[in-house]
Amino acid sequence: MVKEELKLGWNNNQIAQKIAFDIPEGAYVNLGIGLPELVASYIPEGREVIYHTENGLLGMGKIPEVGKEDYELINAGKKPVTAIPGACYFHHADSFAMIRGGHIDICVLGGFQVSEEGDLANWSTGETDSVPAVGGAMDLVSGVKTIFVIMQHTAKDGKPKILKKCSYPLTGKSVVDRIYTNLAIIDVTKNGLIVRELAPNVTFEFLQQNTEAQLSQLTK
Amino acid sequence: MINKIVGNLTDAVSDFFDGAILMIGGFGDAGSPIELIHAVIDHGAKDLTVISNNAGSGHVGLAALIEHKRVKKIICSFPKTANSKVFPDLFFKGEIELELNPQGTLAERIRAGGAGIPAFYTPTSVNTPLAAGKEIRIINGKENVLEFALKADFTLVKCKSADRYGNLIYNKTARNFAPIMCMASKTTIVQTQKIVEPGGINPECVVTPGIFVSRVIEIPNPASETNLVLENKKYPW
Repeated sequence: MVKEELKLGWNNNQIAQKIAFDIPEGAYVNLGIGLPELVASYIPEGREVIYHTENGLLGMGKIPEVGKEDYELINAGKKPVTAIPGACYFHHADSFAMIRGGHIDICVLGGFQVSEEGDLANWSTGETDSVPAVGGAMDLVSGVKTIFVIMQHTAKDGKPKILKKCSYPLTGKSVVDRIYTNLAIIDVTKNGLIVRELAPNVTFEFLQQNTEAQLSQLTK
Repeated sequence: MINKIVGNLTDAVSDFFDGAILMIGGFGDAGSPIELIHAVIDHGAKDLTVISNNAGSGHVGLAALIEHKRVKKIICSFPKTANSKVFPDLFFKGEIELELNPQGTLAERIRAGGAGIPAFYTPTSVNTPLAAGKEIRIINGKENVLEFALKADFTLVKCKSADRYGNLIYNKTARNFAPIMCMASKTTIVQTQKIVEPGGINPECVVTPGIFVSRVIEIPNPASETNLVLENKKYPW
């Protein structure tokens, strides 16, 4: 039942477009692996944004044409990318100085779970049947000024992913600023989770039914 | 005359020993010094501790070193790749130890090791399982975790150009961990695509100053890990 109803909301490209619209001119942005990478395609025409990839490139460009891939020019997901004119390369300690030192404006990450206090779990489900791997996620959430999370509103089995407390091991505590899901855009504030925007045909009541944490509506 | 250039791979790694701590540059394929790693396999040193961002792919390079059971422990941030079977197999059998570090913490531990800083506090990983058992200190009202520097006996990296002093420049994102790893070990061994005369690299553009480099070997056409994995190659050939 829930699955059918969840089709009500935005698709992944539409969520990415919503995020892209919220990234201001001149921002230095780090996009996580997977879903967050979609965001780059939707930055409005004429708005200049510089992409950082933690493996040592500021000024990441589009995906190369087929046959022009260079495996020494890759992104954090180890996929071939290009560099824009004006790009620069640097080593890993400098790259994470940019991250940890608060020089990157916005990071968009995927999420397994987010809590009402903005705790993020996105690296491990705590199960012992897979090799643990963390990459740069913990550094990103501890150092980047603004953290956006993009994810489906509920898990594949319909269980809420926005919770009072995360049940999976944390990536960081109180780090998320805004959550973009297929159903809504939600701000994490000192006063709790505040719904900024509902996807078309999604009611606040339906959203709350699919969210464990308490939501409140933006007062206008 | 200072001349760090060595003529063959056997000489480049001749002083390896069992139990050595080894840093290996690269972020996946990019910057992985495959020929030097294969030379270490040929050398035979075992019980190695490897510090590298990943744990290899396919059956070549670092994955081959692990597959030949030369590595007792790996310190890395992301031991998973699409084509990595070797590490997970040994990990689940309990035959290789894993110390997982956040990527930036790993980089800074290496940088600190090279810079003579024994330890540092960082906010990364506080309140996560990766901070378990580590000292926490509140600085400026914020929790931080104590992390210790990493140092190695040997570092293996790949670069684009080198001179006989060991001054290096890299290629694009193949630079990644190499410059900091060169600083953090007793013996740094570099495979370069090209050797140039002193002065052939603009001093304003040198990325790794020669003082951090012990040996340089020219490998003009290094293998691509991606291609070797696609061809399902296995080392030794």
